[in-house]
Parts: sequence; C-alpha cells; structure tokens
Amino acid sequence: MDFLTIIQVLDSTVRLATPLLLACLAGLFSERAGIFDIGLEGKMLMSAFFSAAVAAVTGSVWLGLLAGIAASLVLAGLHGLASITFRGNQLISGVAINFLAAGMTVLIAQDWFQQGGRTPSLIGGGRFGPIDWPLSETLAGVPVVGPVYSELLSGHSILVYIAFLAVPATWWVLFRTRFGLRLRAVGENPAAVDTAGVSVVGLRYAAVMICGVLCGIAGAYLATALQAGFVKDMTAGRGFIALAALIFAKWRPWHAMWACLLFGLLQAIALRFQNIDLGGVVIPVQVMDALPYVLTVVILAGFVGKAIPPRAGGEPYVKER
Amino acid sequence: MDKMPKWADVVLIPLISLILAAILSALVILGIGEDPVAAVNMMVSGALGSTYGWGYTLYYATNFMFTGLAVAVAFHARLFNIGGEGQAMLGGLGVALVCLYVPWPHWTIALLAACAASMLFGAIWAAIPAYLQARRGSHIVITTIMFNFIAAAFLNYMLVNVMRPVGSMDPATARFNESVHLPTLHELLAPIGINFSKAAPANVSLLVAVLACVVVWALIWRTRLGYEIRAYGHSETGALYAGISPYKITMIAMLISGALAGLMAINNVMGEAERLVLNSTEGAGFIGIAVALMGRSHPFGVFLAAILFGFLYQGGAELALWTNIPRELIVVIQALVILFTGALDNMVRMPLEKIFLALRKGNA
Repeated sequence: MDFLTIIQVLDSTVRLATPLLLACLAGLFSERAGIFDIGLEGKMLMSAFFSAAVAAVTGSVWLGLLAGIAASLVLAGLHGLASITFRGNQLISGVAINFLAAGMTVLIAQDWFQQGGRTPSLIGGGRFGPIDWPLSETLAGVPVVGPVYSELLSGHSILVYIAFLAVPATWWVLFRTRFGLRLRAVGENPAAVDTAGVSVVGLRYAAVMICGVLCGIAGAYLATALQAGFVKDMTAGRGFIALAALIFAKWRPWHAMWACLLFGLLQAIALRFQNIDLGGVVIPVQVMDALPYVLTVVILAGFVGKAIPPRAGGEPYVKER
Repeated sequence: MDKMPKWADVVLIPLISLILAAILSALVILGIGEDPVAAVNMMVSGALGSTYGWGYTLYYATNFMFTGLAVAVAFHARLFNIGGEGQAMLGGLGVALVCLYVPWPHWTIALLAACAASMLFGAIWAAIPAYLQARRGSHIVITTIMFNFIAAAFLNYMLVNVMRPVGSMDPATARFNESVHLPTLHELLAPIGINFSKAAPANVSLLVAVLACVVVWALIWRTRLGYEIRAYGHSETGALYAGISPYKITMIAMLISGALAGLMAINNVMGEAERLVLNSTEGAGFIGIAVALMGRSHPFGVFLAAILFGFLYQGGAELALWTNIPRELIVVIQALVILFTGALDNMVRMPLEKIFLALRKGNA
C-alpha cells in the first residue's frame, strides 16, 4: 500500500465519517438532556429525502438543506411530543420514527417522481460542490505535505467542514455555557433543575430540536453531497453506527469525533478492499461491517472502561404535585 | 382503585389507538392521490377474499406470532428486545444446519429437530445481551440493536463464504431435502375435503405458532416462573424483596424471548423458502414490536394482532401489485401503530381516564 492509497482511504474516511459525526453530535445533545434517541436513523433518512427532493425541484441545494432540516425537525418534534409531553417510552417512539421515515420517504418519492422510490439525480447547483482551499493546485506537487493538503484537507463540501467545526462548538456549548450546564444537569438530575426554577420540559425540547437540526444536516449531506440524490433506505444503518459511536465516545464531543473517524475508516476500508489479506489470514469484508457494533458491545460490557450514560436518560420527568 | 375499568384498558385503548392509526393511514393514502376506500376494499379482497389470500395472510401471521410473543415475553420482565430480527436470522441458520446436514426419515422428526435448533440458536443470540444487561448493566436495547447488525454480517459471511453450494452465484444455501418438506395447509386440509390454495405458503408451522401462544399464556399466568417474571417487570425492588433474582429473571426471560424469535425460522426458512437466503426474516422481527404493543403483551392479543398484520402485509402486497401505492405503505401503518399504541399511549389514556373519573363521580 503506497502513500497515495493511504491518503485516498483517509480522504474517503473523512467523507464517510461526516454523516456519522453530525448524527452522533445530534444524539449527544439529546441524550445529555436525558432523552434517548434511537430515531437518529429515521430523522436522517427523512431529511435525506426532502433535501434531495427540494434540491431537485428548485435546483438550489441550500433550499434543499433547509427542507431537510425542517423535515428532521418535524420528526424531532414528534419524538419530543411522545417522550416529553406525553411521557411515553422514548425507545418505542424512536423505533416508530425510524419506520415512519422508512415508509413515508418511499411513499412520497414514488408519488412525486415515479422513479421507484428515488429522486432524480442532482446536477449542478442541486449538489454541494467541493471547496478547494487556496493554493491546493500549486501545493499538490509537494511531497507528503502536498497530497495531505490538497487531497485530505481541501476539496470537501462545506457540510464536512461544518460537521468538524460542530465538534468544538458542541464542546463549548455543553461545557462552557449556562445553557450547556443546565442541559447536562437535566440529563442527570431533572428534579434539581426544576427546583432551581428552570423548565425541564423547555430544556429537553431545546435539546431534541438541536438534535433535529444536526440530523437534518447529516441527512442532507448524504443525499446532496456524498451522493447525488435520494435512494430508498440510503442511510443504511448509519444512525445506529452514530449511536454506537456515541456510546463508544461515552457521550463526549471530542471522543465522538475520534469514534466517528474510526468507524468511518472501517467503512472506507470495507469499501476499497473487499477482503483483506494479512499475510495468509484473510479478513472477510463482513468483519469490517460488523466491527463497529462489536466494538460498541465490548465498550458497553465495560471490559474497556465503563460507558456510563446520563443518569436520567430514558426516564420521563414527572413534576411532583 | 383503578382509574378505569379493565375492559377500557384492554379493549378500548388499543381500539382507539388503532382507529387513530387507521385515520392517519387513510390521510396518507389520500395525500398520495389514491382512494382509501378502494384501497381497503382491494386489501380485504386480496388478503381475505380467497384461500390463496388467506394462505399468505396466515403465513405472515405465523411469523408475527412468533416474533410478537418474543417481544411480549420480554416486555413482561420490562425488557425491550429489539433483537428479534437477529435472533430469527440465527434461528434460520439453526434450521438450515439441521435440515441440510442430517438425513431425516420423516418431516415430523425433522420439524421437532428444527424447532429445537432454531430455539437454541435464537436463545444463544439473546443470551449475550441478556448476560450483559444482567451482570454488566449494559442497556439491552442498544446491545440487541448491535446484535441485529452483527447477525446480519455473520449470516452474510456464512451464506457467501461457507454454505453457498459450489458453482452457485446466489448467496443462499442449497435447497433442503424433499423429506423435510413441511405440509402446507393445502396438503393438511385436502384429506378432510377442504380445497385450500396450493400456491399459498401457509404451513403446519401455523399450528406450532398457535401452540406457542397457548404455552406462553400458561407460562406467564399459570406458573411460578411466569409470576416471577411479571413481578420483576412490575417492580424490581419488590421482586428483589420477595427473593426473586433479577439476574435469573433477566436471563430466563431473554432466553425464552430469543428462542421464540428463533422459532420463526421453521415457518419462513423450512416451511416457505426451503433453503436459507439472505434477509430471510424480511423485518418480521421488528413487526413483532408492533404486534406485541397492540396485543398488550397478552398471547391472545398477540394472536389477533399477528393476524391483523398478516392481513396488512398480504393486502399491502396486493396494493403494490395492482395500484400505484408502494409496499412501504405497510411500513407507515406499522410505524403509526407503534407510535399510537406504544409511544403516544398516554395521549389516549389521559383523556379517557378523565372521562371515566367524571362518569364515576356522576354516578356516585
């Protein structure tokens, strides 16, 4: 394996890690506020469809992005309604949202475009194009630094940079602002937050909505940047890999980035090399597919440092009367 | 004293939830420019209008009874087993191993062996998440989701690299031997003079599924173990005080749940496909969640809900065949049922409780 191959694999790692990272940070906000969200997958899928559909019709990818975020927010609102207002089971609500998105996207796609549950391919302004960093052409010839700069760092779509900038932003919001402190407190001990006169319901809704926005960006990235259009079930379990990354990162933003990069790397390797031959021992591609999930189970089992979720996670808050 | 009479809790709430889901589904059909009344008519005639339709409806219902019971048993211990899909996949592997590599003299013996193998494989796949929940406190919902994906990758590997016959491109096992063929409803009903459709896949597994409903009912409401499972589900501290071991109950409930999900494989793998193919479960493990929620985790409720979903599945297939409504409509209906009977339960329950409270005050 030469240097250029490594750079190419890392480049595709960044691309594949982006939707995972956005969804993972989405889950981070929600779960830190005590709302479990296994509906990340559904929200991404819904957003992927609406962003591609609106981008295809209007020709503007930015309108597509807005539509995707709006669609994701609707599902986030539904999750909030079920799990905060009506104090229902958050896990069951997440399952319902996943199925709702899987069904509705195909139904609407078929009704609007009659192409067997997909949108027309996006061209030109309907997609997020690569952003070339200054001098990337000139520097490409420089050994080592050149390919790293022009291949790995430069030439991604704007959403990739947004996703990676969202990591320090999330850290800052959660650990350096009053809102973040309250949000984390509501996930650990909602009664204390309530006693302090801060609305538990309001904070939780805010967290769920932030989660909706981030999932919306993730879905739009899938359909309008990584690929050119929506196809049925295009999230392909990414919402669950993001969930796995969240646990792997033990609900911390910087760790979430590394976990998503790791899982992105596994996907990139599985895409590029089918079966990997390590001096006689062949690792089948399915091992790469299963590895994120296996790693998560190992982390969850507490064999490699214990993953402790926010204490009030999954529990609806009932105000005492 | 309860806020509501029992019949309201058992019948009225699921019924209202179902009606809400149906109204929304009708709106969805209207929204994509089709006629809901015509759609329902077509679903009824397609799924229930002929023995062919019934044969498919009952075939799907058999799958959903097994997976619905699996979710229901776990629910009684307040465990949410989303892993039915993976457990059913592994059950399929067990059935395939038994049917491919042992020369069975008669289908009855083969069926018993296949039941045992599928239950064993399903239970093993549930055992690891159960152990991690009971001993390490790892959230069972997350681990069972992860195990679904691991099962899919594992089965993919087995079918592509190990069990695929030489020279075949298809990621599937060889066809099972003729001697393990399970009699279909056509073959079962012909001797007593009923002419049931030959082409429909419903088979003797349906009887096993009904039997499983009865056994689960007896287990949950008529045995000491069932009492312990329910007690643990109601209150962990209460159960602990009564000397019930949380570890034991978590393990046993999940093993039973996994075994029931795995048992589904006798229907779809042994009864219908007669070989193990990729994605043989077709999401039945997840439909079990909707079925268990709608059936209020009671075996009889699961039985009815499974038939309802069997009807929806077959009716939906007919719709996809004859109209512009894609098959995914069923996924939407399934989502709405899960939403209303599971997550938004309180939305229906709270106003109803108020109404019943007001009625009671009026009478007193």
